[in-house]
Amino acid sequence: MAVVGKAVKRKEDPRLITGEARYLEDISLPGMAHIAILRSPHAHANIVSINTDRAAAVPGVVGVFTGQDFMDVNPLPCPWPAGGVDNNLNTPRALEVEKVTHVGAGVAAVVAEDRAIAQDAVELIDVEWEVLPAITDAEEATFEGAPQLHENAPNNICMEWDCGDQDGTDAALSSADVVVSQRLRNQRLIPTPMETRGCIAQHQPATGEYTIWMTSQAPHVHRLLFTAFIFGVPENKVRVISPQIGGGFGAKIFMYPEYVLTTALSQKVGRPVKWVETRSENYVATTHGRDHVTDIEVGANRDGTITGLKVKTFANLGGILSTVAPGIPTTLYGRMLSGAYTFPNIYCHVTGVYTNTGMVDAYRGAGRPEATYVVERAVDLVANELGMDPVEVRRKNFVPADAFPYEPQDNLLNGLSYDSGNYEQALDLALEMTGYEDFRAEQAAARAEGRYLGIGLSTYIEICGIAPSAWMFGEGWGAALWESANVRMHITGDVVVTTGSQSHGQGHETSVAQLVSDELGIPMEQVHVQHSDTLGTPFGYGTYGSRSTAVGAVAVWRSVQRIKDKARAIAAHEFEADVEDVEYVVDDEGVGKVQVKGSPDQSKVVGEFMGIATSAAGGWSLPGDMEPFLDETSYYDPPDCTYPFGTHICIVEVDAETGNVDIKRYIAVDDVGKVINPMIVDGQVHGGIAQGVAQALWEGAQYDENGQLVSGTLMDYAIPRADLLPSFELDRTETPTPNNPLGVKGAGETGTIAATPAVVNAVVDALAHLNVRHIDMPLSPSRVWEAIQSHSNGGNS
Amino acid sequence: MKISVNVNGCTRESDVEARTLLVNYLRDDLGLTGTKIGCDTSQCGACTVHMDGKSLKACTSLAVQADGCEVTTIEGLAQNGDLHPMQQSFWDNHGLQCGFCTPGMIMATTALLADNPNPSEDEIRHGLEGNLCRCTGYHNIVKAVAAVAQAGGD
Repeated sequence: MAVVGKAVKRKEDPRLITGEARYLEDISLPGMAHIAILRSPHAHANIVSINTDRAAAVPGVVGVFTGQDFMDVNPLPCPWPAGGVDNNLNTPRALEVEKVTHVGAGVAAVVAEDRAIAQDAVELIDVEWEVLPAITDAEEATFEGAPQLHENAPNNICMEWDCGDQDGTDAALSSADVVVSQRLRNQRLIPTPMETRGCIAQHQPATGEYTIWMTSQAPHVHRLLFTAFIFGVPENKVRVISPQIGGGFGAKIFMYPEYVLTTALSQKVGRPVKWVETRSENYVATTHGRDHVTDIEVGANRDGTITGLKVKTFANLGGILSTVAPGIPTTLYGRMLSGAYTFPNIYCHVTGVYTNTGMVDAYRGAGRPEATYVVERAVDLVANELGMDPVEVRRKNFVPADAFPYEPQDNLLNGLSYDSGNYEQALDLALEMTGYEDFRAEQAAARAEGRYLGIGLSTYIEICGIAPSAWMFGEGWGAALWESANVRMHITGDVVVTTGSQSHGQGHETSVAQLVSDELGIPMEQVHVQHSDTLGTPFGYGTYGSRSTAVGAVAVWRSVQRIKDKARAIAAHEFEADVEDVEYVVDDEGVGKVQVKGSPDQSKVVGEFMGIATSAAGGWSLPGDMEPFLDETSYYDPPDCTYPFGTHICIVEVDAETGNVDIKRYIAVDDVGKVINPMIVDGQVHGGIAQGVAQALWEGAQYDENGQLVSGTLMDYAIPRADLLPSFELDRTETPTPNNPLGVKGAGETGTIAATPAVVNAVVDALAHLNVRHIDMPLSPSRVWEAIQSHSNGGNS
Repeated sequence: MKISVNVNGCTRESDVEARTLLVNYLRDDLGLTGTKIGCDTSQCGACTVHMDGKSLKACTSLAVQADGCEVTTIEGLAQNGDLHPMQQSFWDNHGLQCGFCTPGMIMATTALLADNPNPSEDEIRHGLEGNLCRCTGYHNIVKAVAAVAQAGGD
């Protein structure tokens, strides 16, 4: 009867497949007005003047506003000043006032009776600009003579950060048998959840309360930022509600100027107001991800043992900082650079740079895909240099299964340790599924016919279950990262779980209910998981970093244990037994009971009307000074992160004539610890692989030399279509984490983290006989074709 | 402009601005918000509906072009409380995560099977070219469509 570990169909789906679910844009309030925003067409410019007269005269316009109208509202906070720098953090305001540093920055807003009128009126706002030269490349922005974006950031440098051991790594490289150097560009990506962002705000003058509906992955954090940092009002005056959310991938974690603007406008115009982002706005105004220029040096001995890895990265942070921008290319990147390996020497230096581009922050994986790309490309480069099989180089350097907990060298993880793993087991399973040896024979035969087949591996690890609060505080994070949950058993025996986590496609309403159902012996239909409204759910830091099961569900589990203990105490009182003699059991039918050990006739069902739930709620006969009701709240702060791992293998065929890459097979073996719902975990892996493959082959934000985003619509930015992808071949190994009682590690980002280097390694492998060693992403037909041509003396086909 | 459209079996008489898109008419005038807007360049397919039995991106049609037509939206697909086999199959096969593309996907794939009741995997994938999903990698969407075809279609 147990449901944990089973592919239970999702409780949230009926409302989603019938069109009943209400996303932000589907919500209307009586008397609601609509906002449209005038955005900068320039990447770098001073605002000389703004004339709103013509717009204000349009019938149906309620008001026209500029940044001057919001000088009493604080700039947005940046609570993760990684690198220890806090005097050159430049963040957005509700509307920019003096200058803009990226295309798409908001400078004026119209409130009107409907959205079309608001958009019409925005076109009539006249702005006089002083256009300045722009710079978009992070490394070039640090060069002498580059345009300067912010007076407080000389050479456009926001922060410098490092980790590992520089001297030790230099020494290791100088004594290595071989050293391979390579520049790796990890191009800028645009998250592109299918639902854009939006916000509806309602202000009640009588009480001073705001109700804010917003596309948020972290409603409690948004409320915290609104109250403590931006408006300076207490928490009880702001209620944040995330309605149904259409995907986030990180981009909906952050505070954005439009949310502040909408909220402030609801008070100014005295009506509910609504702002919904268009897709074209989304591409310039919502955060992007990645965008690193990295030089690596990796040293190895002739037997394939890697002796040192040195990494120097310029991380593009955009024209202005998003909420946790500095933390992504530092803590979540540099500390991951030991990968699945026992590299004895590691050093990483990161320069975070302002450029005239859109904001950059966490996008699915957030720092860890960038690190995995560095590590997994480095291993393949070593294999290539030594003429070894990339499988053997990996085996040579893996953290062995008996070495856990494993602390990466040079204090890379700043005191944390890899929890558990068996990297060879996952590799062996993936190789077996692939038929690796047979493929190598097939590849040789194909080459003889002029066909280019390639295979690529990624034996990744990642950091999930983010993160111990004290550790994060030491990393510069200005908050905590515990989670909380309340579990309440009502008089009828139905259980309501409220959680601070936020579900926007991950299926928490199902997987958390499975966990509670098994633990308490209550049918799934009687377990209801509620989230995403700060009124009625306990505080939580939100859903990202693959933390909602590894941290959030553990808080649920702890509350459930307390409920079980209280049920036992009530039963002991009723049975006149010692509480130590009463046990909470779930019988073969899945019914939760409390009973006296060895005396099954002294037994009572918990979750039914007139069961223990009713005894507790009624409170007619409770032991001692026990309070009525089964109602428990827990806060869970993890002792360490969790470290999923696995092996992804991609097989490609490169068209020798056109350079087009066709994915023939994609095999993924992931170990995410214990699995609550394998169907949901597989779904997370599928979607992650698609995004990771897309970075390798198709996606990339493109700016021109003036800082114009030329990949600014879904026509120009290539998110994958169904016909570009194969069906994926998945399996898993299961190595529970000892770091939490559920043994779960987290699954939301594995696919994205693993897939990108697997695909690039496969394409490079396909062209290895031409001595192609590296091609920068995305591996578009033209780039691959050029690589073939330049290595074939004008083409060999 | 006055239009008369049969939407999900009911005739609706409305007065719309000439520039009103069909998707805005359905969502804003009729309150049928199951049809989604995911882009502004007709790429994403979240707004796919049926017009006179054919699938159509409701953002590429004006409301006035639907005058005299029969339109079916996601809200009109289940009959007498019974899910359409495609809705059921998306549920059974985990063909959705965030759900935002799902109404458009279901409308597009029911039309796909009406045109080609026995598609290969390749034909399903090509048939989905006009509908974008960012969550599923399409794996389980393809599986859901294939399952309906296997069971004898709709």
